[in-house]
Amino acid sequence: MSAVVVTGLGVTAPNGLGVQDYWAATLAGKSGIGRITRFDPSQYPARLAGEIPGFAAEEHLPSRLLPQTDRMTRLALVAADWALEDAGIRPQDLPDSSMGVVTASSSGGFEFGQGELQALWSRGSQYVSAYQSFAWFYAVNSGQISIRHGMKGPSSVVVSDQAGGLDAVAQARRQIRKGTAVVVSGAVDASICPWGWVAQLAAQRLTTRDEPAQAYLPFDAAADGYVPGEGGALLVLESEESARSRDARIYGEVAGYAATFDPAPGSGRPPGLRRAIELALADARMEPGEIDVVFCDAAADPELDRVESEAITTVFGPNGVPVTAPKTMTGRLYSGAAPLDLATALLSLRDGVIPPTVHVTPWPEHTLDLVTDRPREAGLRSALVLARGHGGFNSAAIVRASA
Amino acid sequence: MSTQQFTLDDLKRILIEGAGAEETVDLDGDILDADFEHLGYESLALLETGGRIEREYGITLDDDVLSESNTPRALIDAVNGQLGSGTQAAA
Repeated sequence: MSAVVVTGLGVTAPNGLGVQDYWAATLAGKSGIGRITRFDPSQYPARLAGEIPGFAAEEHLPSRLLPQTDRMTRLALVAADWALEDAGIRPQDLPDSSMGVVTASSSGGFEFGQGELQALWSRGSQYVSAYQSFAWFYAVNSGQISIRHGMKGPSSVVVSDQAGGLDAVAQARRQIRKGTAVVVSGAVDASICPWGWVAQLAAQRLTTRDEPAQAYLPFDAAADGYVPGEGGALLVLESEESARSRDARIYGEVAGYAATFDPAPGSGRPPGLRRAIELALADARMEPGEIDVVFCDAAADPELDRVESEAITTVFGPNGVPVTAPKTMTGRLYSGAAPLDLATALLSLRDGVIPPTVHVTPWPEHTLDLVTDRPREAGLRSALVLARGHGGFNSAAIVRASA
Repeated sequence: MSTQQFTLDDLKRILIEGAGAEETVDLDGDILDADFEHLGYESLALLETGGRIEREYGITLDDDVLSESNTPRALIDAVNGQLGSGTQAAA
């Protein structure tokens, strides 16, 4: 079975638009978290978010697409453009059916939907856009990327909250193994609007703190919830064979993946994260000692942090592997988080450096070798990325430098 | 009824507001008899356009009107028919 490799990255993150800006900001420990600017958050219990500043969709996309797209779709379309360009792939040169799109989504296009609901209530059904029929929909990013680039091969969407970002890439890997030449995969989520915000508040996991540098503190004794953000990453995946045949630059291989589901509360059985790590290692035919860094889920909920640190230390031993959470600079991006972590992990492998977890003073009880404050240089061959979705989803993926 | 008239310029404005414009298409060219599809507008764009025309002009367009009006001329004529002006689209 030919390896599936990543040859292109497209990043839209609160602390950087485009791979270069994002990677520079991430290594510099520059956070994109701040008080919400896009609506007045003062009446809401949570008021911080990782917003993407300065994204002007009309500078990147044709006017034809603007009336029919939510912000998350605009960001996803631009990230996909950048990823394809980065991979050196011109979709118009390839057969339509040889290219697919598999994205994840956790909420769909809330901001677009909010506008149309407001139009419906305040002015009547005549004022609701015909594009509401699909602009809010979970699958819309896959659909719009597919249409824009004429990619008519296997395409789909995965909806499993934050874990979905890895589940989508795994589905892309399956499609490539079955013969699709190129798959654009990953996710972008964005729902920082009042309607999206109340939906996020409902899970009661958002921090209510107001100081950006003391808010999202995974594995810290002061952890009390996360800051959400918007954005994510899209990746170009293809078989190693095809990448080599066209002399493409290869960031790394998607070497292993597994997903598990937590048992029902009260069942007495253990959470599924550890098993996801073990199964991903088995899938990659790797031993724990071969993993050089873990990009963790970093829920910043005391109990969920405990579950994660326990899973990591059970597999790798106490302080047994460097662990990091660059998402402390972006907030949790829902389905966009793990693809961004995959992109970050691949950049780490490329440059031999682990980006830091910012603002966190690790609670010793977690016994994690958390990379804090500044980047750590290291010879890196492989990275494990973890992602958990609300309601019990656990996913783990391993990327490995290509031989 | 008023003698309000719906013109090609009105249609172009509403198309652009509601659905944008294809970069490769010159809407200022000779488009009266061009197929909407060739102008880059699929059925949903026309549905949105129809909705905006209805709102702005206070008329109701039958579903058939939108599905059968394949060109700007046909749609303009249908709208003017509803407006009661009977004005045909200028050649």
